[in-house]
Amino acid sequence: MKEKLIQKSLFLIATSAISILVLITFFIFKEGSPLFLKKGFFSVVFGSDWSPIEGHFGVWPFIVGSIWVTVGALVLGVPLALACSIFLVEFAPKKLRLWVKPAIELLAGIPSVVYGFIGVVILVPLIRVYFGGTGFSVLASSVVLAIMILPTIIGISMDSLSAVPPSYREGSLALGATPWQTVYRVVLPAARSGVLASVILGMGRAIGETMAVIMVAGNAVRIPGALTDSVRTLTSNIALEMGYAIGDHRMALFATGIILFGFIMVLNISANLLTRKK
Amino acid sequence: MNKKFTIRDLNIRYDHQVALSDCNMDVFANEILGVIGPSNSGKTSFLRTLNRMIDLNNQAVVEGEVLMDGKDVFIDLSVEDLRKRVGMVFASPICLPMSIYENIVYGPRRHGRRKKDELDSLVEESLKASFLWDEVKNRLHTSALRLSGGQQQRLCIARSLANDPEVILFDEPCSGLDPISTAKVEEALVELKQKYTIIFVTNNVKQAARISDRVAFFLMSQLIELDQTQTIFTSPNDKRTEDYVSGRFG
Amino acid sequence: MLKLHQPLLVDKAVKVLFWALTFFTLIILFFILGFLLKKGLPVVSWEFLTQPIRDMGKSGGIFPSIIGTIYLTLLGVVLATPLGVGTAIYLVEYTRESRMTRAIRFGADCLAGIPSIIFGMFGFVFFVITLKMGWSLISGALTIAFMVLPTIIRTAEEALKSVPQGYREVSFSLGSGKWQTVLHAVLPRALPGILTGVVLSIGRCVGETAAVIFTAGSALGLPLSIFDSTRTLSVHFYILAREGISMENAYGTAVVLVLSILLINIFAYTLMNRYISKNS
Repeated sequence: MKEKLIQKSLFLIATSAISILVLITFFIFKEGSPLFLKKGFFSVVFGSDWSPIEGHFGVWPFIVGSIWVTVGALVLGVPLALACSIFLVEFAPKKLRLWVKPAIELLAGIPSVVYGFIGVVILVPLIRVYFGGTGFSVLASSVVLAIMILPTIIGISMDSLSAVPPSYREGSLALGATPWQTVYRVVLPAARSGVLASVILGMGRAIGETMAVIMVAGNAVRIPGALTDSVRTLTSNIALEMGYAIGDHRMALFATGIILFGFIMVLNISANLLTRKK
Repeated sequence: MNKKFTIRDLNIRYDHQVALSDCNMDVFANEILGVIGPSNSGKTSFLRTLNRMIDLNNQAVVEGEVLMDGKDVFIDLSVEDLRKRVGMVFASPICLPMSIYENIVYGPRRHGRRKKDELDSLVEESLKASFLWDEVKNRLHTSALRLSGGQQQRLCIARSLANDPEVILFDEPCSGLDPISTAKVEEALVELKQKYTIIFVTNNVKQAARISDRVAFFLMSQLIELDQTQTIFTSPNDKRTEDYVSGRFG
Repeated sequence: MLKLHQPLLVDKAVKVLFWALTFFTLIILFFILGFLLKKGLPVVSWEFLTQPIRDMGKSGGIFPSIIGTIYLTLLGVVLATPLGVGTAIYLVEYTRESRMTRAIRFGADCLAGIPSIIFGMFGFVFFVITLKMGWSLISGALTIAFMVLPTIIRTAEEALKSVPQGYREVSFSLGSGKWQTVLHAVLPRALPGILTGVVLSIGRCVGETAAVIFTAGSALGLPLSIFDSTRTLSVHFYILAREGISMENAYGTAVVLVLSILLINIFAYTLMNRYISKNS
């Protein structure tokens, strides 16, 4: 009797994660989707005019902006992160790995505002001097994001590289392959889905990052034409205007949220499928 | 003699794999019943049915009757009460990660016994009965995990005794122990017979011969033969029993 | 590239390159830390930690922010922990793999991937506006509780799974019920692992900005009830830095923020390591 009650309550508690997910999805859609009905889905998503006062809510510049900085972050961050994790798992002495991995994971705890701040005081002036422009740019955001996603990608891909059975390596080495050939031909393919999942999760982190990007991106409402141009992402658009938006304007910010939500869900589900296959 | 368990037409399956078929037997009070047979012969499934530990495996299907003192263990008794009355000691000594004292009072506490002096004397009695008291009386509140394997197994016995059971089931209690520890556990077993009914499963035929009053031989999911220890080892009815106890297979 | 005649040379080159890249990565990460400490440590003093915020942060200390951060974080974690641990207990102890458990895990995974700004928006319309809680400690705490729930579920699940099956069997064989077994045989053993997750969540709450700024607000005073707005350290730091109010105080706040998070995380890791070595 008592056991039944406990089981029922635990079940209720266990549904909390899904209920919260549903609640969040519901509210974001409830607040944002009327805009699509009012202005038309395509004119919102592909419109490039965002002037809330005049009632124009085209979020296309922010979609492009998010894609720009995310791709930039991946281009800079992924090779670095993969090189790190391969080096640490395959080549580095064990002692070094035992030290470096927790160190990198600890650095993952540094708040995003702090990364953004470092970007403002160090990176932005550097870019201004060497590449021109104001320095608040796609490039600055990409570099900051690349650094921020390093710990995520390194952590997960190190785990999946370590999970490759030693016998695979031994088999390859025994056939006369060099260590790098072994890594490239045997270990990486075997760890492929985990490594890919780490990149996707890193991508999710980059596209969802807000505060750090706001601080270094410049936030101009236009489609950036060069790496040194100012850029505004989906997330920064929300955070910048959320504080004072009312009426249709707020609805438009939630519509921005819906689009962001869509991107994130696609990434989540693909990472989920990738890891489940194993 | 007094019947403790009456088992009628007992069938046990896991999904579609038969673990025991049409088993009929009686277990008498205050006897030591040894259960022998090669691995996968159904002896552990049989043992785990008696205190319904088999319930934990949700693929297991049990049919037939198991009566304890005339009451069906699956119908008439609550599972907590049954397990309190039918204790169990596992193959490897599993001490909970707490002190020796806490391990022993774990069962009684769950059944609502709270008084400190009562628990104290319970601990002493149980440890004495399992021949462990002298070795641990000065460190009752240290971790049980620091004991040797043999001591841990005797602690597990003491832990069962603290529940004041009527029957104790042993599932290959000496399989992980050295000969000296084994001897101590066996000594405890024989002594316990005075008060409890004991059923123990073993892979060690000689051990069964040393300490049991009667022996049951299981083979390929069937009870082949159950008789006095003497009979089983000198003039068994079934050729297969003779082959097994004489070491021709298994 | 692998078809070269001197594969060993390639090997050497790759190793050196990877060494350099790893070194470079570490340099970046430690440079950030070193830079902050160098600029910020001189600002941090007893007065800085204990004085109220004055002139919007131009002068004075960060005391209300420290208190606000502690309140908000503790409240959030206290709200999330029972839900997270309860979910994990249900998943590990009370059910077998089924469509339901997969759905619950999937929900937790999705929740973990949602960016904090979305939690912030949600908290703003739901707690602040719909439930009329206003910008307050409680709105902020509920929002971050939702945010860290998946972390707590995950770590608690791992911790419960690592408890040997034998402990449950022993407990059952002594006549304990399911709940008694969970409570007395399983949970004590899983506790350090569960705590690790909780501590990591605390670290995450302390550093959170986007989800907090729209739900807990940015009031400068000391919060006196859970319905008061508060300005956490990270929000304070963000405002100082972004609006260029005082770079000096921004560095000081950043150092306090980063050091406390590092300490919290180091604590979590030592807890985990001791737990792992005890388990094996």
